[in-house]
Amino acid sequence: MSTKASRFSARLMLAPAVILLLAWMLVPLTMTLIFSFQRFLPMRGGFQGWVGFENYIRFVNSSAFWPAVQTTIIIVGGVLLITVILGILLAILLDQPIWGQGIVRIMVIAPFFVMPTVTGLVWKNMFMDPNNGLLGYLWRFFGGDPVVWLSDVPVLSIILIVSWQWLPFATLILLTAIQSLDSDQLEAAEMDGAGPLSRFWHIILPHLSRAITIVILIQTIFLLAIFAKIFVTTQGSFGTRTLTYLIYQRVLESQNVGLGSAGGIYAVILANIFALFLMRIVGKNLDR
Amino acid sequence: MEIGKSFATATALALVTASGAFAESLTIATVNNGDMIRMQGLSSEFTEATGIELEWVILEENILRQRVTQDIATSGGQFDIMTIGMYEAPIWAERGWLVSLDGLPEDYDVDDILPAMRAGLSFEDSLYAAPFYGESSMVMYRTDLMEAAGLEMPEEPTWDDIAAAAAAMDSDEVNGICMRGRAGWGENMAFITTVANSFGARWFDEDWNAQLDSPEWLEAVTFYNDLIQNYGPPGAANNGFNENLTLFQQGRCGMWLDATVAASFVTNPDDSVVADSVGFALAPNKDGMDKRANWLWAWALAIPAGTQQEDAAMEFINWATSKEYLELVAEREGWANVPPGSRTSLYENPEYAEVPFADMTLRSIEAADPNNPTVDPVPYVGIQFVAIPEWSGIGTAAGQEFSDMVAGRQTPEEALERAQALVTDEMEAAGY
Amino acid sequence: MARAVTRQRKAINTVVAWTIGLLIFFPILWTFLTSFKTEAQAIADPPVWFFFDWTLENYRVVQERSNYTRFLWNSIYIAGGSTLLGMIIAIPAAWSMAFVPSNQTKNILLWMLSTKMLPAVGVLYPIYLIFIQLGLLDSRFGLTIVIMLINLPIMVWMLYTYFKEIPGEILEAARMDGAGLREEILFVLTPMAIPGIASTVLLNIILAWNEAFWTLNLTASRAAPLTAFIASYSSPEGLFYAKLSAASTMAIAPILILGWFSQKQLVRGLTFGAVK
Repeated sequence: MSTKASRFSARLMLAPAVILLLAWMLVPLTMTLIFSFQRFLPMRGGFQGWVGFENYIRFVNSSAFWPAVQTTIIIVGGVLLITVILGILLAILLDQPIWGQGIVRIMVIAPFFVMPTVTGLVWKNMFMDPNNGLLGYLWRFFGGDPVVWLSDVPVLSIILIVSWQWLPFATLILLTAIQSLDSDQLEAAEMDGAGPLSRFWHIILPHLSRAITIVILIQTIFLLAIFAKIFVTTQGSFGTRTLTYLIYQRVLESQNVGLGSAGGIYAVILANIFALFLMRIVGKNLDR
Repeated sequence: MEIGKSFATATALALVTASGAFAESLTIATVNNGDMIRMQGLSSEFTEATGIELEWVILEENILRQRVTQDIATSGGQFDIMTIGMYEAPIWAERGWLVSLDGLPEDYDVDDILPAMRAGLSFEDSLYAAPFYGESSMVMYRTDLMEAAGLEMPEEPTWDDIAAAAAAMDSDEVNGICMRGRAGWGENMAFITTVANSFGARWFDEDWNAQLDSPEWLEAVTFYNDLIQNYGPPGAANNGFNENLTLFQQGRCGMWLDATVAASFVTNPDDSVVADSVGFALAPNKDGMDKRANWLWAWALAIPAGTQQEDAAMEFINWATSKEYLELVAEREGWANVPPGSRTSLYENPEYAEVPFADMTLRSIEAADPNNPTVDPVPYVGIQFVAIPEWSGIGTAAGQEFSDMVAGRQTPEEALERAQALVTDEMEAAGY
Repeated sequence: MARAVTRQRKAINTVVAWTIGLLIFFPILWTFLTSFKTEAQAIADPPVWFFFDWTLENYRVVQERSNYTRFLWNSIYIAGGSTLLGMIIAIPAAWSMAFVPSNQTKNILLWMLSTKMLPAVGVLYPIYLIFIQLGLLDSRFGLTIVIMLINLPIMVWMLYTYFKEIPGEILEAARMDGAGLREEILFVLTPMAIPGIASTVLLNIILAWNEAFWTLNLTASRAAPLTAFIASYSSPEGLFYAKLSAASTMAIAPILILGWFSQKQLVRGLTFGAVK
């Protein structure tokens, strides 16, 4: 059992991380909070007086706010859905004995290493462009009219691009989880006459539940913050403006720091509600 | 751990090499446009002559704008020279953020700068940004297709002429007309605002009330929308300057209404399959109205106040925007590739007059008047923009509504209604 | 799984897996191929695949215009430095929470992860102003600190779950033998935790390498990494697919190669030790 001395040294070892993160969180957060109660317009000389909750009210009442929240949820949800479902299927497939497994695995995980800006640029220009993109050629080759991806199905396009990047991540985690599954158990089930579907439903899926939770948790943290891919593809047009992007527009395009800061505080609150909800689920896994 | 060790060594090494700045060195932020990249290439001559080292930060336009605006507004002091536009120059100068260029030497010949450009880049009669190149907008069209259609493009077309030409040239292979549709205050809104101006519309009345609910705006936007829907390329809502440039160079546009600087790209046989058959005409007007859809823009070099290297920066600007620089480019790359639209003497040069688009470029620039952009009086300066700090936010937000319209996601009426609402909203937030 | 599978089934699986693998990998392959084409070939209709005159022209142009090695070096410095610094702080923290848990441990862990949910854009102004005050703008050191702080919660989490898996009895035994805290960490814990540490290091290098918001906004020239390098090729005037492809290939190749060589470790790291 831990002694008093070791408890003390343990605190000491924890301290740097906690202090640094506390500073990293509190200093900017406090400054943002202060800005959010000001009329702060850098292009008009900065501080223009205190305005109470005006920025908060204005941000929520703006016609762009609720659509942005909605878009954020659709994009995060859509990407999670695609990556988890395809990830499970892909993991099961890659778990089967195949020739050249190593190479296939490398090809599948590669998108995860590509910079988000590069991902956005390559998809926008070289694939989704209706005139010079590869998908346009493909459509024309089969006699169709090219789909104008970024304006006909803008949200779906963003979801596809983001999913391409995150599918490898989900696949990898789920693949390792499947590989750790006891094969005796599956064989026993097969002997008992359980079909593939019932084996999947009653053995594989429950075994994967923890890995799925982890995929959802980590991806959500990163997906809530996606910015680069939207910036280089649609720049928030056609209903692809997420909450993060809306804040960007307020702070940098309109140069209204007070209003943008109020938006930032909203985003923190929303993210934390979401986080609490997620932590409830994952928290259980911490106490094993 | 091996990896850890090598990182430790690497870190230590980097700390040693990173310390200490050496000789005079200027950090220059600029756009990744062809003329600027050429300037970077030629700048070794400047370094050889003066001993001043140059650090180039070359970024895509949107990122560049965001970076320099952020830096100047907070006095970050990251750059010694910034590339800014006609929109930023007067606003930043008024805030006292830029160094006045009155200190440029006599032989720089400030009076040689085209009057329109000089006016747009000055504040209270002092020049604050030196034009690197300047542009207006005009019509570029395919002479071969016009001929085949039995039409002739007048030098001073009306919108009806444009619509007729677009309809005549439109076919399965060729889009009748290419215009900007991509959202952004410097993209579709620059173009749409000039169309609106030529239809007699304006952004604000003299008391700063948004005017997008006026019948003139509806007429202008409906006309633009019909034209682009009927004769524009697929995906027009995503097309900015660059996408349309590519299409025109591939021979897929019968006509393209855009910046005069594009003329040198579309007539360059290395890049353009239609180089031999491009004609130019003034930007159109509405029959009976005297405002044409000309814009006026310049990319210019400015020195942020507070830089430690004002003298060296001045020296660089003196080099990069001088008459001698134009001659240097002409000597290396030919007259057609000289940065256009900045100096009167360039247009008086008989060798430059040989360039097919020189005359129309000058006429277009001269047709633009930033101090008097609309039919009805307005409280602002600027033709395709409104020179107030809120414009970049307003323009882009409104631009997204019009882009949505071009994508077929809403009607012109809806787009204008929403744009009017959000402009009013934003102006209120800014305290008008 | 070592179940017997017929050759026929294996063949079918192989075909399906390869098809999907190639499909997912295709955009990267296409970028790579395009980087060796001329600009005209890059948008040719119909597209050209393998049989064209491969040219290194795009790489030459890119190299002539930008000092690739400096961008690369900055990326290595920032990704490596932030990971190293982060590990120095994260290892003791994770160790203490894993082996000397208090009733606050779970809350601290959850709180750490929640700091990752601050939207970066929202705090750009404050951070920029602080950086001006401290003179850290455009310095690799400042950027390294920021990237380290961004990834610190993930590092602590990963290491924590790894350390949790190390059986406590081994540490007890070491203590019986009279090992002090230092020896315990150095000789008992570290060797057992190396795979976990390695995968944490790898994941963080990847995340730091690809971070594109702070690296763009807090640098100008001296500290600018490869994300800024890409920003100068993203949408210039005229045709640019081939040059963009070349620049992209140069920006992602180092990290892609690192990732391929270490995919096994990465798998273990990404699972947060959840799956043995």
